[in-house]
Amino acid sequence: MSGITAERAIPGAPPREPSYLTAKTGLASWLLTTDHKRIALLYMAAITVFFFVGGAGAVAIRIELFTPQADLLSADAYNRAFTFHGVIMVWFFLIPSIPNILGNFLLPLMIGAKDLAFPRLNLASWYIFMAAGGLAVYTLLSGGVDTGWTFYTPLTTAFSNGNVLAAAAAVFVSGFSTIATAVNFIATVHLQRAPGLTWFRLPLFVWAIYATSIVMVLATPVLAMVLALIFAERAFGIPIFDPLRGGDPILFQHLFWFYSHPAVYIMVLPSFGVISELVTCYARRRVFGYNFMVYAILWISLVGFLVWGHHMFVSGQSLFASLAFSLLSFIVAVPSAIKVFNWTATLYRGQIVFDAPMIYALGFIGLFTIGGLTGLFLASVPVDIHVTDTYFVVAHFHYIMVGGAVSALYGGLAFWWPKITGRLYPEGWARFAAIMMFFGFGFTFFPMFIMGYLGMPRRYHVYPEEFQVWHVLASAGAVILAFAYLLPMGFFAWSLIWGRRAPANPWGATGLEWQTSSPPPEENFHTPPVVEQGPYNYHPEHAGPPALEREQHQPQGRQP
Amino acid sequence: MSPLTLWPATASEQAARIDMLFTGLLVISGAILLLVAGLLLVLCARYRRGSAAPRGDLPDFIRRDVEIGWTAATLFLALFLFWWAGATQLRASDPPAGALEVHVVAKQWMWKTRYPNGAREINALHAPRGEAMRLMMTSQDVIHSFFVPAFRLKQDVLPGRFTEMWFRATKPGEYRLFCAEFCGTDHARMGGTVTVMEPEDFARWVAAQPQEEDLPGEGAALFTALGCSGCHAAASAVHAPVLAGVYGRMVHLADGRTVRADEAYLRDSILQPKRDVVVGYEPIMPSFDGLVDEADLQRLVAYLQSLRGEAAR
Ligand code: HEC
Ligand SMILES: [Cu+2]
Ligand SMILES: [Cu+2]
Repeated sequence: MSGITAERAIPGAPPREPSYLTAKTGLASWLLTTDHKRIALLYMAAITVFFFVGGAGAVAIRIELFTPQADLLSADAYNRAFTFHGVIMVWFFLIPSIPNILGNFLLPLMIGAKDLAFPRLNLASWYIFMAAGGLAVYTLLSGGVDTGWTFYTPLTTAFSNGNVLAAAAAVFVSGFSTIATAVNFIATVHLQRAPGLTWFRLPLFVWAIYATSIVMVLATPVLAMVLALIFAERAFGIPIFDPLRGGDPILFQHLFWFYSHPAVYIMVLPSFGVISELVTCYARRRVFGYNFMVYAILWISLVGFLVWGHHMFVSGQSLFASLAFSLLSFIVAVPSAIKVFNWTATLYRGQIVFDAPMIYALGFIGLFTIGGLTGLFLASVPVDIHVTDTYFVVAHFHYIMVGGAVSALYGGLAFWWPKITGRLYPEGWARFAAIMMFFGFGFTFFPMFIMGYLGMPRRYHVYPEEFQVWHVLASAGAVILAFAYLLPMGFFAWSLIWGRRAPANPWGATGLEWQTSSPPPEENFHTPPVVEQGPYNYHPEHAGPPALEREQHQPQGRQP
Repeated sequence: MSPLTLWPATASEQAARIDMLFTGLLVISGAILLLVAGLLLVLCARYRRGSAAPRGDLPDFIRRDVEIGWTAATLFLALFLFWWAGATQLRASDPPAGALEVHVVAKQWMWKTRYPNGAREINALHAPRGEAMRLMMTSQDVIHSFFVPAFRLKQDVLPGRFTEMWFRATKPGEYRLFCAEFCGTDHARMGGTVTVMEPEDFARWVAAQPQEEDLPGEGAALFTALGCSGCHAAASAVHAPVLAGVYGRMVHLADGRTVRADEAYLRDSILQPKRDVVVGYEPIMPSFDGLVDEADLQRLVAYLQSLRGEAAR
């Protein structure tokens, strides 16, 4: 069924040596492991739970909005539902998803290392994340918060009667986990690369994770500061944001968005990395413009720190500041456009195979393009004044973070599933799920652009009747989308027992991670690889990929 | 369900300009989307595995020139869009002199409006067609946002500070007013209507509203009671500016700036006199922050505004 795999059917089960999954057994061997691969799986379990919890919030929202009246939820319950949805999805699903699952698993493998630079810190990071998650769940059980994930002051500090302190503490603690993992990744990329693996031979996924980690380390402390200030004001009455006592509510917004705009890139840069791996493998082509791709990632991470004011065009910020932020926001769009063009150009003269990961990748490019283009609308001051805080913005960031990052997560999971578990997922079902996700997503979120321009404000549980058509469409699409998200969980789980065993390199991919067995042994490589060339050698330098012959690809590394 | 609408009502000058810009952006981004989607489809079809299309190396010009080409093209496009958007905003940035001033006070979860003659409304705003109206807005609790989709205008309303917004309505009718910044429990119900009327109808309407209180009169009494007149009266021995006619005038400040004495300026002068010191005067005026509450402040400002007519211009 699959396009690429000719060598899938291996006659008889090969003699299997103990993999990282089977080398040790017992609960303690998992909970006390320092193996990056096992920790990745611990993260996968935790993040899946949070995806369900945050998803439950989305379900409540979409059911409530089916009609213009309040029927399922009271005003307060609705406010708690969307706040919880936002907090969980941002800090407990999107931010950790690709870096902590795929990044953790793949980074050492892709650079030919035995493990991350600080294996115990890696485990500690997971426990910190679980503690933060526990606080988040406690927040929910103790009544929830009703401030929106943006925690705007003085609502948060002086007026909200939700459990703001617990929510702020949860996010605050999760930040330490983020930083610990990021430091670990940075150190690993600097110190643990295989001999010969120079910076410009790194796979783009490694570059993406590296850049994301730098943004995490620089931005997350600012979030910690601003949450601590909220704590100080709400718990101890120290006036920082309260204007009646000389504070400034806008100060909060500056600090918050100084973190939260870069956080958008924390959520989406890793998916750029995933997509680059998928597109090259299934187009059987070297990536178009490798150097430009690297510079684009770095450019985005740098300029991403300078555009936070585009969230504040109507806050009362000076027009001059707004124009400066507008200019920078337009400029940060350029490298994202380069990435889209380069992925597209990578298809040129390829031998394209439409396996499920590739379908996710193509869907990603389409949805990310729409998300990015609508970003231009929001960078335009006068248009933003009209559509900010409406469903237009809701649609825009869901296109980037759900259409983009979540598609990439699913595509990446499918692609590396054989490596992680040693089993092949069922290709037909996976293609079906990928296509369903694309259309379900469009039905859910495209109508939001329209109602946003019509003026439907966000965070409303009751709304004027004229918007109902669009809400009904969105809620109906969400049903399809929910199935598209659940289906892979089903067949992935199925494959663990009934899936066919995967060879070391089922897709004929070039990365180092494919040159060790599936699943890899505990120490990743029996003999550490040596690297003599760049990534994505799917065809000889001055030729194209030949039809049907997979042997043309050259693995990036060699066993000495 | 009500009939399908695809485009919001357009009822202000700025709304028409924003629609232009929005349409332009739609066309440009639609073209880019078609280009990307078209390329994806064509390339996927042509270079699907095993197709007859020739493969082989990429020509050199594609590797280099094309990459540089589209990078430069997107950069230029970005700069052009910035210029277009920025220019649209700049054209609408300053309210014309003589705009009708209306006070908006937001609180959880209602809007209160007050017209120059003292008329008041709740969750409603009336505006004359064709005339500029300027809203001076503040909040009594959390941040709210005054949003009129038909005007394509939105402005956050903050506690402890004034924000303003102005518009020239172009089409009589009733339009929706929303609160766009999440402000707690009943955020979704914090709305109202904006009614645009012909100027004559508006004049009649405003005159017919009950005027609950005589703000300027009460302000005049406070002006004496608080001791302002001790310094500011024309006959006073203290060297302080005479305030008749100050409202609306350009004031030269000691630090070289020149500002218009609008409402926000008058408030600042009373609450933070050291911030904007008038050129030629000593900064001896005490701050009245904490001594006057919001209501008294409004009365004082109304009194100062009412002195406008008495001064020779
Ligand atoms: C101790 C004398 C004194 C008192 C009392 C006083 N002021 Fe003043 N005021 C001044 C002086 C001197 C200036 C000019 C320097 C400055 O701008 O601070 C001034 C400036 C102003 C201005 C700005 C005038 C301009 O031309 O721009 C306003 C408005 C004003 N005062 C209002 C008031 C009000 C209202 C009160 C009573 C609540 C008051 N002042 C009480 C001395 C005083
Ligand atoms: Cu942003
Ligand atoms: Cu509100």
